[in-house]
Amino acid sequence: MTAFFHYLSYDFKNGLREKSLLLLNYLFPLGLFIMMGFLMTGVNPDFKTTIIPAMIIISTMSVTLLGMPNPIVADRLGGVYRSFKINGIPAAHILAVPPLGNLVHVIIVSVLITILGYPLFDGSLPVNWLAFVVIVLVQFFAMAGLGMLIGVISPNGNTTVLFSQLIFLPSMIIGGLMMSFDFLSPAMQRIALLLPATHAMNAFRGLAYGWETSFSPAWSVGVLLAGGLIAFAMAVVLFQWDNHNPKRSRSPILAVLALVPYLVAVILH
Amino acid sequence: MEENVVEVRNFRKTYKDLVAVEDISFSVRRGEIFGLLGPNGAGKTSTLESLEGLRQPDGGSLRIQGVDPARQPGKLRDLIGVQLQASTLPASMTPLEAMRFFCTYHRVAPRNDLLEEFGLGEKLKTQFSMLSTGQQRRLALALAIAHQPPVLLLDEPTAGLDVPARVELHSRLDKLRMNGTTIILATHDMAEAEKMADQVAILLKGQIAAAGTPTQLTARGVGLVKISVASSASTLQPGRESFPGVQRWYSEGDYTYFFSEDAGLSVPAILEFLKNRNDALVDLRVERPSLEERFLEITQDAPGKGAK
Repeated sequence: MTAFFHYLSYDFKNGLREKSLLLLNYLFPLGLFIMMGFLMTGVNPDFKTTIIPAMIIISTMSVTLLGMPNPIVADRLGGVYRSFKINGIPAAHILAVPPLGNLVHVIIVSVLITILGYPLFDGSLPVNWLAFVVIVLVQFFAMAGLGMLIGVISPNGNTTVLFSQLIFLPSMIIGGLMMSFDFLSPAMQRIALLLPATHAMNAFRGLAYGWETSFSPAWSVGVLLAGGLIAFAMAVVLFQWDNHNPKRSRSPILAVLALVPYLVAVILH
Repeated sequence: MEENVVEVRNFRKTYKDLVAVEDISFSVRRGEIFGLLGPNGAGKTSTLESLEGLRQPDGGSLRIQGVDPARQPGKLRDLIGVQLQASTLPASMTPLEAMRFFCTYHRVAPRNDLLEEFGLGEKLKTQFSMLSTGQQRRLALALAIAHQPPVLLLDEPTAGLDVPARVELHSRLDKLRMNGTTIILATHDMAEAEKMADQVAILLKGQIAAAGTPTQLTARGVGLVKISVASSASTLQPGRESFPGVQRWYSEGDYTYFFSEDAGLSVPAILEFLKNRNDALVDLRVERPSLEERFLEITQDAPGKGAK
């Protein structure tokens, strides 16, 4: 366990030390929080009510989808994992450490957003704090799973950015963060249900804030948990120590299995 | 020199249709430095990576102190120290963190003294990406030996190093050998192999084209021995005299250079010639062909084979 905690400690420090990670873990989400707080609440006063959960979801996506996959790809391509394997560092540690290290970053940013959201921008505070904390963790779990999976299956940095943006950008636009899910057309709602951000926002609204929702917030929590579980399982199955060995035991196409819970949500909606 | 520590028997490695290594066998005894030589694509790295447990062999057997690298990775990790060719640490990791990190996984106390010894004392908190190539190499070697493995596997350890750093690394390898560490050294540098290795194997297209001590290998070639002679009166005139065994000769400055297939015959004849002319010998050097010359000979002789 000592070795694992050394690794975790290094990974956490790396998230502060590397400029690109510092930007994605802290500067971008907190800068966006300040900017949105001043601009968006002026344009759309209703945004005040959702600024705290929306910004926590955006921060989580920034850390897990934009920040987490690239170092995984870079370390694999650079031979770092080969060196780890030779020195007996298990694959389980390599797969567990980045999500745990990044969870700490997400918690720090979430606490800052929650503490500052009310006094700075009159943001609504949750009525059920336990549900709020649980949903912060559950939505992190779902997105960290996807981030790990992207890192594991991406053959290079360019593909990583593509995969990450395929989730991040639509989530920002139709994930219920800037405007309510109810304002979307039925067709767009179906697409939005493929995104973890939509389910995270729905769960926050229904369970932490006690607002009415368009679909079951408990079901959203289930979708996020199932999505996270499958994504982590696929990351374990598809993990490779390096890119030099042309034999990949399983096809990366299997990664789409992580979308099954979201597809089920679309079908059942 | 004791028992065999590394045993490779009929090892075969393929990548789809490409046969990278075909039926090679060799063994390395305790305290030996074994040089694995060959042009790019010869199979050196495939062999080394299979010994490191990074590749599954497609045939034959590999053993390090009786441990099968592919099937017993847990036992293997404390037996070997590896310096990979490419930089292999996270970019932001410092030498101090790296030492603590790897030592913890090997369940030994961090050897920060090695960082000092390897000249990294002032770079303990410098990120890996900010270290020079030489410093990265020295760190990699310090990490590889920190858990005191009986076998070291080094892939091009001096690539990119300047001359002082190379000399320093050779001296450290010598010390390790004297302490009983067995070293397998994959290199393109023939002078390094000739200087360091007790045994070498030259790989070509996945097969061992030649093996033995550097001296044995060079002796087996058709290379001519170079005899350099300087005398006070410079009476040696190329073309006017012939000496037994000498195939060709030329003069340059104060020296005359003879290339002989039998130095034992040529040298006494040259000395006799000088004595008969009362010409005093100033300098005489006899040099056998280098391993590099022998390597080129082998690679050029092999049909369809050659160094890149």
